[in-house]
Amino acid sequence: MSATAVHGLWTTMGGVTSAAPGDRFAAPTIEYAQLAPVLIVLGAAVLGVLAEAFVPRRGRYYTQVFLTVVALAAAFAAVVALAAGGYGTTKARIAAMGAIAVDGPALFLQGTILLVSMVAVFTFAERRLDPEAHGNRVDSFVAQAGAVPGSDGEKAAVRAGFTTTEVFPLVLFAIAGMLVFPAANDLLTLFIALEVFSLPLYLLCAVARRKRLMSQEAAVKYFLLGAFSSAFLLFGIALLYGYAGSVSYATIANVVNGSVQGIDPALADTMGNDALLLIGGAMIVTGLLFKVGAVPFHMWTPDVYQGAPTPVTGFMAAATKVAAFGALLRLLYVVLPGLAWDWRPVMWAVAVVTMLGGAIVAITQTDIKRLLAYSSIAHAGFILAGVIATTPEGISSVLFYLVAYSFVTVGAFAVVTLVRDAGGEATHLSKWAGLGRRSPLVAAVFAVFLLAFAGIPLTSGFTGKFAVFKAAAEGGAAGLVVVGVISSAIAAFFYIRVIVLMFFSEPKADGPTVAVPSPLTMTTIAVGVAVTLVLGLAPQYFLDLASQAGVFVR
Amino acid sequence: MENLIALLVAAPLLGAAVLLCGGRRLDRAGHWIGTLLAAASFVVGVVLFSAMLGYEAEARTMRQHLFSWIPVEGFQADIAFQLDQLSMTFVLLITGVGTLIHIYSIGYMEHDERRRRFFGYLNLFLAAMLLLVIADNYLLLYVGWEGVGLASYLLIGFWQHKPSAATAAKKAFLVNRVGDMGLSVAIMLMFTTFGTFAFGPVLSATGETSEGKLTAIGLMLLLAACGKSAQVPLQSWLGDAMEGPTPVSALIHAATMVTAGVYLIVRSGAIFDAAPDAQLAVVVVGAVTLLFGAIVGCAKDDIKKALAGSTMSQIGYMILAAGLGPIGYVFAIMHLVTHGFFKAGLFLGAGSVMHGMNDEVDMRKYGGLRKYMPVTFVTFGLGYLAIIGFPGLSGFFSKDKIIEAAFAKGGTEGWILGSVALLGAGITAFYMTRVMLMTFFGEKRWQPDAEGREPHPHESPKSMTIPMIVLAFGSVFAGGFFAIGDRFTHWLEPVTRYDHGHAPVSAATVTGATMVVLLAGAALAWAMYGRRPIPVVAPRGSLLTRAARRDLLQDDFNHVVLVRGGEHLTRSLVYVDHSLVDGVVNGTAASFGGLSGRLRKLQNGYARTYAVSMFGGTAVLIAATLLMRAV
Repeated sequence: MSATAVHGLWTTMGGVTSAAPGDRFAAPTIEYAQLAPVLIVLGAAVLGVLAEAFVPRRGRYYTQVFLTVVALAAAFAAVVALAAGGYGTTKARIAAMGAIAVDGPALFLQGTILLVSMVAVFTFAERRLDPEAHGNRVDSFVAQAGAVPGSDGEKAAVRAGFTTTEVFPLVLFAIAGMLVFPAANDLLTLFIALEVFSLPLYLLCAVARRKRLMSQEAAVKYFLLGAFSSAFLLFGIALLYGYAGSVSYATIANVVNGSVQGIDPALADTMGNDALLLIGGAMIVTGLLFKVGAVPFHMWTPDVYQGAPTPVTGFMAAATKVAAFGALLRLLYVVLPGLAWDWRPVMWAVAVVTMLGGAIVAITQTDIKRLLAYSSIAHAGFILAGVIATTPEGISSVLFYLVAYSFVTVGAFAVVTLVRDAGGEATHLSKWAGLGRRSPLVAAVFAVFLLAFAGIPLTSGFTGKFAVFKAAAEGGAAGLVVVGVISSAIAAFFYIRVIVLMFFSEPKADGPTVAVPSPLTMTTIAVGVAVTLVLGLAPQYFLDLASQAGVFVR
Repeated sequence: MENLIALLVAAPLLGAAVLLCGGRRLDRAGHWIGTLLAAASFVVGVVLFSAMLGYEAEARTMRQHLFSWIPVEGFQADIAFQLDQLSMTFVLLITGVGTLIHIYSIGYMEHDERRRRFFGYLNLFLAAMLLLVIADNYLLLYVGWEGVGLASYLLIGFWQHKPSAATAAKKAFLVNRVGDMGLSVAIMLMFTTFGTFAFGPVLSATGETSEGKLTAIGLMLLLAACGKSAQVPLQSWLGDAMEGPTPVSALIHAATMVTAGVYLIVRSGAIFDAAPDAQLAVVVVGAVTLLFGAIVGCAKDDIKKALAGSTMSQIGYMILAAGLGPIGYVFAIMHLVTHGFFKAGLFLGAGSVMHGMNDEVDMRKYGGLRKYMPVTFVTFGLGYLAIIGFPGLSGFFSKDKIIEAAFAKGGTEGWILGSVALLGAGITAFYMTRVMLMTFFGEKRWQPDAEGREPHPHESPKSMTIPMIVLAFGSVFAGGFFAIGDRFTHWLEPVTRYDHGHAPVSAATVTGATMVVLLAGAALAWAMYGRRPIPVVAPRGSLLTRAARRDLLQDDFNHVVLVRGGEHLTRSLVYVDHSLVDGVVNGTAASFGGLSGRLRKLQNGYARTYAVSMFGGTAVLIAATLLMRAV
């Protein structure tokens, strides 16, 4: 699905701009420069597909890694150039005939997604952790996704040294969707972006090299439930169109607050019907809450996080959350601010059950990936607390939190890929006992990430949590902050428990070994630690940046 | 010239930093670096002193503002120094005696592997003590106050491999903490009362403040002084502090640090003058301690502990004088300086004796040493004559003035205080004569030490005897130099003010009475220890003697009242913590754990269950949204 497809949809729907009958078809104006980050990534993805077709098998890995990294770097440079050009602040505007917003939050989140994807892609490209198979270096991905697990075909593929280098174009497509998602300025673009980033993720979940059945099961679950949630979202879009006569955010917002009185004759029966607005709004929110993993739409999270290849889990946990929260923020702050009195209590309740639910269920987890999954659910609740603030500080605190959280997450999952035994990654917590004795550095790094998750001062987690709780309290949600602090206390228990397990338990005799990674994974982990500490020790610059970026264009 | 003040502190501080961070490569030169920087500080002090003499008596205060320390709205703290005549006196005493003791330590610590560290600590002490006396506000003074406490702790426990030294260091630290709390509370009270803690504004605003507040501040300052200067009831640590190396006992626990309490009270004179109740408490503490220390000093067989009792008693004199108000401030400081000379000299002499006697401290195992250690004998003897107040020597002038001032307080109070001070002088003569006789006279009672080595007493090396000789000069002449023509009084008067008081008896009568008790005390000691042979094993002794050997039961008192009481309190708190607090905490944790286990079952792995959850969630979300509108 390429950029042109998005435009095509727009011009056929085009409710506001080309509604008058008899108009001749007018070519849309596209601000290519302002859409450059998305276009670069999409272009690279297309090139990646071509490379799969034409580059000889031996060179594909290097070609794809090179292409992906360069594309992400170029896209990030484009984001920085746009931000430096004032598109984040004074020149914030809506591009592509109203489809995509180019403003502070969009650029900030796109930059975050690109950077965090870059470091996540390094773990995709890691080929030193697994022992060589038949003289070929292997990564975390299956030799041939189509081969039945355990079949002769699979063995043949392994022997032939096949690798699934398709993951790189897939991840680029997903990133492109994620870049559009928080910037989408009409409901259809939102939906298209959702699908563009979701479909590659379903596939990526299915291609683990080890524990393939579990990986495939995770992918199927994710796909089924994702399709289910997309249906809700799409239905909600239909209802909102029925209410407002438009899918454009600005128009809907104007209809909601009553500044547009005109009624489209074709929709005379439905327009202005508040039930459509409320039900449609709730259903769209449902679709987004599914993506951020809020209770009760969270149940896919542990299964998928556990089953997916760990590099994919890290990428997904970090980047998806950034993109989905960006979209949620824009929806609630741009489209539905007139409805704040209706959605705030409901979101309030969702935030409470998400924080408490994630933290409580995490206590009894025994698998490190599931533990981190529940932790991500609890964090979704904390971020929702900032969303509910409905103040500019709320926006900027959420932006900051997303940066902090995403780097910690990518780093933590990267560490998980290092702890291995004969069966691949040793994710059962009992295996981690005494890790601090055997590999003090790895255990210490993981401890830093855990402390950041727990929100201990001097880490980014503390700064982020402080910012969202402060915003929530000032935004009149003090009760939510109390619940948040209690949940943090509960969550601190299981984070610290892992630290205790690593440093104060006797190592097991048949315990896992810590693989020595290539500089790729080392970079991922080092960046994670660096961002965690810098945002914890000297966060002011980034807080200022987030607060400058915290204004949506209307 | 003012800009030199910071150098006083900077030189030893640099020494401490270099010696403590420098590592082993400085082992060979460390003691020279330390001594040189102490001497540098002394030279700076002398230069500043000569500059000060060039100014008019009323305009001698020098100030240096280094930087703004805590510049917060409504709370200003500066790193700023104030060097007036009072501070100058201390600076010269601290750096002068300090330098001598550095030199002495070169010889005394020669065989110690950790000599470099020792000199580092000594320099740290000098820096902190100088900061204490030249600070221009109470907060900065507090920094120095804590600094000397730290240095004292480190140096008492310098031989930390000995459990007794480690325990003594801890004890000193803990007891001092009690006093330090007093100082910090006093500073907080000052801040709420005056809005500042700089000496100038605080001490000039006492007139407009209620007496109650000033009394509270005064009592807290007194508590601080009691801790640092080993006054009743916080005196218990000083005896044990003698576990430290002898130069430490001489410098810190005789000449300088323990007199910080006197400095604090004299410096805060304006507060005490305006709070008579607090001043009365000061006098009572001083009087009680001067007798307490003297009695303890009479019973100790450990030469350093006998001297420690004496120190306590002499500081009692100073505190007493400081509590008399403007009548006594000058003499408190004068006695402090002369005491600094002769007590440091006595300790160095004791160290010299121990040096020659295989580190034996029990005076019952000394005897007849005058022939073997002539220099030590003469310098120690001069210190002895000075401390008991032999006419013409330093102690005579300063102690006599305090006794006179006590009488001059007037009324019944004056008579009581005067008599106590007089009695103290008699006891001083007794216990010091006892030390002298047991150590240098009589038969040899030497015993082989624990490893079976016979002592071979010999004179100490030059690096040790020269400081002793210099201090002996001070012991002999300082008092006369200060007292004749009231030189010292004129010097300090601009800072501390001076008042003659109303003496009920003439100065000559007081001097005469002092001579009588002095002779009586010395004669009694000679009768008990000079004429009769001294048993090597201490006899059982009277009830008072036995109590005095145990420091008049102070440790037992502390143990029963404070330690036991504290233990009971702790135990009950632990019980509450275990049963109630932990019960609630563990109960909460268990209930969350149980909840977690139950919620976890919802996650059964079936996509259909997950879908139902999503569907239900959406339904609830929609219903709730609609409901919100309906309500």
